[in-house]
Amino acid sequence: MSQTYYSKDHEYIILEDKVATIGITDYAQKQLGDIVFVELPEAGAELEQGGEAAVVESVKAASEVYAPISGTVTEVNPDIEADPSIVNQSAETGAWFLKMEVNNVDDLDGLMDEDAYKSYVEGLE
Amino acid sequence: MLNNQGRPTVAEKTDSPVGSIETFTGNRGLQIEEPLLFEVGSLDNCGVDLAEMPKHKNRLGVMARDSDIGLAGLSEPETMRHYVRLSQKNYSIDTGFYPLGSCTMKHNPRLNEKMARLPGFGNIHPLQPQKTVQGAFELMGDLSHWLMRLTGTNAVALSPKAGAHGELCGMMAIKAAHKAAGSKRNIVLVPDSAHGTNPATAALIGYKVRSIPASDDGSVSVESVLEVLDDDVAALMLTNPNTGGVFEKDIKKIADAIHKAGAYFYCDGANLNALMGRARPGDFGIDAMHINLHKTFSTPHGGGGPGAGPVVFSDALAPYAPLPYLRRDGDSWHMVETREGIEDDSHVPFGRMVAFHGQMGMFVRALTYMMSHGSDGLRQACTDAVLNANYLRASLQDIMSLPFGERKCMHEVLFDDSFLKGTDVTTLDFAKAIIDEGFHPMTIYFPLVVQGAMLMEPTETESREALDQFIGTVRNLVSRAKAGDVDYFKNAPVLAPRRRMDETKAARKPVLRWSEGMEG
Repeated sequence: MSQTYYSKDHEYIILEDKVATIGITDYAQKQLGDIVFVELPEAGAELEQGGEAAVVESVKAASEVYAPISGTVTEVNPDIEADPSIVNQSAETGAWFLKMEVNNVDDLDGLMDEDAYKSYVEGLE
Repeated sequence: MLNNQGRPTVAEKTDSPVGSIETFTGNRGLQIEEPLLFEVGSLDNCGVDLAEMPKHKNRLGVMARDSDIGLAGLSEPETMRHYVRLSQKNYSIDTGFYPLGSCTMKHNPRLNEKMARLPGFGNIHPLQPQKTVQGAFELMGDLSHWLMRLTGTNAVALSPKAGAHGELCGMMAIKAAHKAAGSKRNIVLVPDSAHGTNPATAALIGYKVRSIPASDDGSVSVESVLEVLDDDVAALMLTNPNTGGVFEKDIKKIADAIHKAGAYFYCDGANLNALMGRARPGDFGIDAMHINLHKTFSTPHGGGGPGAGPVVFSDALAPYAPLPYLRRDGDSWHMVETREGIEDDSHVPFGRMVAFHGQMGMFVRALTYMMSHGSDGLRQACTDAVLNANYLRASLQDIMSLPFGERKCMHEVLFDDSFLKGTDVTTLDFAKAIIDEGFHPMTIYFPLVVQGAMLMEPTETESREALDQFIGTVRNLVSRAKAGDVDYFKNAPVLAPRRRMDETKAARKPVLRWSEGMEG
């Protein structure tokens, strides 16, 4: 049984047991425009909540992706490094960035669910 | 027709020779369609007659090249035309209005060029005996004096070669000061709105970057600094006025808080044109600040040559300023090149940024600009730059959108893209349409804190007539966008030498080398 959370920095976190799959939302992808480069951490890297997890570069800007929660990276998505356009095509349906083992599931408490994120994004527009 | 600020709203019509004629050559009249250098000549031509090589012994052995070198072969007139035609495609401040925000594209007075070419400045060599370049040293001394007076500081390093190089210089002095004090601080605070070079500089010398969010009014508040300020913070890097064209009104309080916490304050001086002669950064409590000679004191974008980024230091950081530096010994000047040459034990330079002494040509141009304006003229230039930016703001704010409300800006005015909402026209499309009107577009998508940013910096160079022409054009374009003529914007530019680039493909699959038979 998985549960999906969203951060204010426009990341989604799909939690299954203690493993979180993290990527950027469709809204984030649209705001960035055509993505041309993605830099991911290495498996085994320890990420701290709020620290830099990945870098996304689009034709408009280079942005950091912050780790929404603390944990250890178990796997990264090599496909999006090879072809960053996948992130534009399927941000929330396959173009995940990394999977990590979450240190403390309680970290997720401050994050939003889908409805809350939807209205958060509407507030931004 | 006037807007609600009493400013004109329509561009003056000029007769345009634009037609849709297809020519046989691809040239548009005297606007020449120029191929690449390798496509002009042929590889086996040679533009000059070379004498037969004298007999010599080949000592290269297996290293000797056995294939053709592959250089383009052109005659002298072909070569000349190639480069002149390319140079004519360049849009510069000498061609027209260039409101590129954060770049201070001001006119470069020709007097600067005359002075920079004087043989005593233009033809000297950095390894000449010091006694033969006393005049050049004196000029550097005078320039130092002006820079320190304008900024309210007592020390300056002239050698850094550009803005980001100056940032590096200032931050290395800060790092040296912390090291000397035995401190292990490893965080540098940088606001969201900073120039990208700020966090890059901090990261380059091993600091971790912690960002400070901007307040709703686009500035940095003392509270937001205090929130992230702790014993690990080595320095704050802040631009004033910031990239939103807003004066950081809390800057003194922020500097005091930074100093109280045992950290240093690096000020990015890129926007000094908005302060020059009006306010002294030394009075804000800065510890180090670079000055882009090639912006504030004309010759923008290097004026076709290099830039120069001297750094001024507070008394606290002055001992760590880099080598080389000038010392006055009685009537003569002496360039201190090495640690051994230092007479004052309290001066412990962090090192050296450059092999020689900095950009002499830029020193001459900057001092010429200062002396020909005088201190009152610099103050006037600064005032006019701010006035011009506010003229743009007041003339466009009723139909464009200001992210931080209708308040006065400094030397540049920042719009966001909310006025384009619902039109399907993006900031990029809008900028491309400005090219068709014969202007260099404003800076777009920077600063990142504003959605679809458009940052305009007219500088003091422009006359009211030039500003009115630009304002009228932008207003017409806004009306066109709002009227739903999306295709016009999506197709722009149509009148430039090249149509819109595929920026995505250029980034994803860059072609960086010419090869024979490649497709254009």
